[in-house]
Amino acid sequence: MSTRLAKAGRLIDRSKTVNFSFDGKRFTGHQGDTLASALLANNQMMVGRSFKYHRPRGIVASGAEEPNALVNLGTDTHHEPNQRATTTELFDGLTATPQNVWPSLDFDIGAVNSYASRLLTAGFYYKMFMYPRAFWKHVYEPFIRQSAGLGKAPAPETRDPDTYEHFYAFVDVLVIGGGVAGLQAAKTAGETGAKVLLIEQTPDWGGRTMVDGGEIDGMSAEDWVKATLQTLENMSNVTLRTRLMGAGVYDHGYVLGYERLTDHAPNAQGPRHRLWRIRAKQTITATGAIERPLSFAGNDVPGVMLASAVRDYAVNYGVSLGDRTVVVTNNDDAYRTAITLKKAGLDVPMIVDARDAGGGTLMDEALALGIRVETGCGIAKLHGKKRVTSVDICKQAGEGAMLWNVECDAVAMSGGWSPVVHLWSHCGGKLTWDETQAFFRPDPTRAPKGDDGNAFVQVAGSANGEMHLSNILQDAGNVGEISAKVAGATGSASAISVANVQSEAPMQPVWLMPQGARYGLRLKAWLDFQNDVKVSDVQLAAHEGYESVEHTKRYTTLGMATDQGKLSNINGLATLSNALGEDIPQVGTTTFRPPYTPISMGAIAGEARGEIFQPIRKTPMHDWHETNGAHWEPVGHWRRPYAFVKTGETVKQAVHREVLATRNSLGLLDASTLGKVIVKGPDAGKFMDMMYTNMMSNLKVGKCRYGLMCSENGFLSDDGVVARIDDDTWLCHTTTGGADRIHAHMEEWLQTEWWDWKVYTANITEQLAQVAVVGPNARKVLEKLGGMDVSKEALPFMEWRDGELAGFPVRAYRISFSGELSYEIAVPANLGRAFWDKLLEAGAEFDVTPYGTECLHIMRAEKGFIMIGDETDGTIIPQDLGLNWAISKKKEDFLGKRAQQRSHMTDPKRWKLVGLETVDGSVLPDGAYAVAEGSNANGQRNTQGRVTSTYHSPTLDKGIAMGLVLNGPDRMGEVIDFAEADGETMIKAKIVSPVFYDPEGEKQNV
Amino acid sequence: MSDLATALDGASFDGLVKVEELHAQGMITLRGDFGDPGFVTAVTGVAEVSMPGQRGAIVDGRRGLLWMSPDELLLLCTYAEAPILAAKLDAALAGQHCLVANVSDARACFTLNGAYTREVLAKLAPVDMSRDSFGPGEVRRTRLAQVAAAFWLTSDDGAQIVCFRSVAEYVFNLLKAASAPGSEVDFL
Repeated sequence: MSTRLAKAGRLIDRSKTVNFSFDGKRFTGHQGDTLASALLANNQMMVGRSFKYHRPRGIVASGAEEPNALVNLGTDTHHEPNQRATTTELFDGLTATPQNVWPSLDFDIGAVNSYASRLLTAGFYYKMFMYPRAFWKHVYEPFIRQSAGLGKAPAPETRDPDTYEHFYAFVDVLVIGGGVAGLQAAKTAGETGAKVLLIEQTPDWGGRTMVDGGEIDGMSAEDWVKATLQTLENMSNVTLRTRLMGAGVYDHGYVLGYERLTDHAPNAQGPRHRLWRIRAKQTITATGAIERPLSFAGNDVPGVMLASAVRDYAVNYGVSLGDRTVVVTNNDDAYRTAITLKKAGLDVPMIVDARDAGGGTLMDEALALGIRVETGCGIAKLHGKKRVTSVDICKQAGEGAMLWNVECDAVAMSGGWSPVVHLWSHCGGKLTWDETQAFFRPDPTRAPKGDDGNAFVQVAGSANGEMHLSNILQDAGNVGEISAKVAGATGSASAISVANVQSEAPMQPVWLMPQGARYGLRLKAWLDFQNDVKVSDVQLAAHEGYESVEHTKRYTTLGMATDQGKLSNINGLATLSNALGEDIPQVGTTTFRPPYTPISMGAIAGEARGEIFQPIRKTPMHDWHETNGAHWEPVGHWRRPYAFVKTGETVKQAVHREVLATRNSLGLLDASTLGKVIVKGPDAGKFMDMMYTNMMSNLKVGKCRYGLMCSENGFLSDDGVVARIDDDTWLCHTTTGGADRIHAHMEEWLQTEWWDWKVYTANITEQLAQVAVVGPNARKVLEKLGGMDVSKEALPFMEWRDGELAGFPVRAYRISFSGELSYEIAVPANLGRAFWDKLLEAGAEFDVTPYGTECLHIMRAEKGFIMIGDETDGTIIPQDLGLNWAISKKKEDFLGKRAQQRSHMTDPKRWKLVGLETVDGSVLPDGAYAVAEGSNANGQRNTQGRVTSTYHSPTLDKGIAMGLVLNGPDRMGEVIDFAEADGETMIKAKIVSPVFYDPEGEKQNV
Repeated sequence: MSDLATALDGASFDGLVKVEELHAQGMITLRGDFGDPGFVTAVTGVAEVSMPGQRGAIVDGRRGLLWMSPDELLLLCTYAEAPILAAKLDAALAGQHCLVANVSDARACFTLNGAYTREVLAKLAPVDMSRDSFGPGEVRRTRLAQVAAAFWLTSDDGAQIVCFRSVAEYVFNLLKAASAPGSEVDFL
């Protein structure tokens, strides 16, 4: 059984007990434990069930590479799936449950899948669930969803109570990884004067060396780490951060760091995670290496663990995996595990070394401790279901005939090491195959390069394929110095530390144990624990013709899901290359993509949640609207009142009331959101004539003109009223959504095409609050406010004047989008609310009625005025809408002119704008199509028009609509059919003029 | 004028830093040719501060000139002065190609004060806020999370922010969140 040892545990504080629960059972651990070490200390060997076969699974690793120990962490709003027990720091009250188990961890129904494993081979789902097609959605998928999968997603209405944030950091040299390589690299870089940020994903410094030991600069590795940390902390140009993982490396030296601030202390104040958005001139990845498993039958049974992890648990947490541990290896490093266990007073019945010649000095040390070493051997088969009970030892060279059966309760395996090359590879760093050490290592000649063509990522230490302490330090020091120099530092660094280590015998690649293992053994030899992919699956894929490693990955699911094959990749592709009869470098690796390990969605979102999920733009009158029943409509990022709903009223009734009140007496519209762009300069007239389809240069000072803007492709882009302010100044009103876009459009043309024209623009949209004062009593209420002369003579239709109203400085426009007598009054935004209040007060006697966007829409539709976004959709030219009167024929050029002369644009068959009136007075459905005879090549009914705007007109008390119809203007009075959404029911509508109300325009010109 | 109402009516928040909405700030957008001595003389004459260099912020008491782009300046003054100075600028620049617009009402302004000012900004703006890279005398036109903003340091641990008026509440809430107690980064 696994248990807590009486001594050892450099990271735990035995005086502090921490309570936690797993799978409903209560346990205790110590401060400094991970959830994994605490579970092992409590003999909770089994932590979950596998993805496909629901096989019992135990902890395999001690860090970010762990594939099995994924748990549902927390409850209710704090529930989070797929949390790795090995990187979850224990805290008081931690609650975790196992994943993919039903009904329980110990007894799982899905485990029957295991008996069918000969059927559930690679590509099983693809082959099995193809037919009948309808079965997928209703039978297969629900079944697979129930049986496969990892953690449980939080309930849909759950809201995460924690906070998250981003942080932008800029450094010369970013060092990722706080092992000895990272420390040395940071120290060297720091000494040259570079601004250095050193980040480490765990809470502790020193990495593997703290467990594996060694002598550096004449002191113990542990003392060297302490001393180096002290030196770094004293350097003002160096920042050290733990619990901060390098998640991804991107172009231009951009690196994402994932900081876990309160995962280990959930009651602490502050954000839970912080996403560091780092710009580094140089990035050093000192991310270490990950041990590889060995592929033998039963290597997934709880009790089998990476040799380095067995050592980690013993040294770091004082936890033994078992009393009798068999060590199986193809390299010297695993001997350290045997030696560590033996020295801790535990039994190591055998070291099984696949190499015929065995190991070097470490083997001698093991033998001296009295440990039995069998060379040229491997594990044929492992016994035990939920826990290893014994192993059959065989010759590695053979097919698996048993030599001995060795009783044990734990197996420590080592198939060699793989450098963590992920961050090097994220932005294009290439790898080279190291034949001697049997791993991919970064190829320094093919580094990720920046805009200057120079490498911006360097690798240090074992991540760079340097596996011995002395080489690691030398490499890290060199890389630290180079990076600092490239980043511009000029100082000189002290000598690089020197280590004294035992020499090691070379490793020997072992991709299958024994190398000739028969099918039955290969069927139980796991490559990918997380996705239940075995040696036999990859071989089958190769047999079925999969040659590309990327395709094999997707077909077998090797290296997918949350661990992205940190343990399985190299073994898997070696197995594939053997099956294909190719060399490993020819097969290559799958692509390493960020993030290194999954990061929380909260960290990605940062502060963007709740009230600051998105900016909501508010006019100066917004609060009044809010407290007066505004039914909001989003327009861009603005919120505009759709209607002001009174108590007891429906939204529809409110709109109806607003239209009638405005037409009969007085309405007010908050028009502040409309865009206002100043165009000024000696060439402004010329520029305006290019921007608008109609002539703007000849507009007289004091006058207004409605104008259209098109893209260079001729399509209608925006519209609005232009006012001539003075000789070289125009003020352009744009649509609400168009303000920023049109300003940018103008600047683009000025900066890229007409850079020599003397024109300046300024977007002053938000400087002014603007109120439309509309209705037959509009003039009366303004006269009541007093100040400027707003009579027909002093301020005629389509003109503007500056002046004062009720003491407010205003610019008053006589423009009308409703067909009524109408003024738009602009006041400085900070006075907007006061002016609005004043209008309401003065308008009381006229039953003043603030109205919303729907009322505005109805009134403009009654007048046949088009609306950008309703009558236009990016494919409509002004000619389609009968706006030829607003297209200058005199001008030599304007944006869109040439495009509008192209054959498709002048095609008489383009649908044209008309008014539509249903025969029965009902309202046409929005977007409905007018049907034509016959059907097209796809068997769809032919069409001859569509509805672009449709309303119930309160003024006319019937349905009115606008639409685009084939030859529409020539078919006045004709009745055509519009289809309902069902495509069957037809609604008869008569083609009429789009101007339904006051066609002579008498009402607006009084 | 007593009717004057800024976007948030002078809201404030005390966290890692003190966040306050400025009651009213006079601001004038100026566009013109910086290479033209006539423009520079007229502008600095009216503003009564010297011409800033690229990304420069010359703020002297109530007056200031901020470099917003190669042909755009922002003149800071009191709210009441803004229309008067705008008219003076128009007169001083008469005959020159330029644009003068009073934008005092188009914006909301906030001040940040406290030791964590740089870090609060560094959570929201992609700007190197370290002391050796950004200090008083410089302005940055950038973004705060999802909206455009500009800011400059008023002291080593104080800053002034300008954003559009319509998003004042969003920006205020952003600044509140970024200065929530317990969220110190301690990097800058």
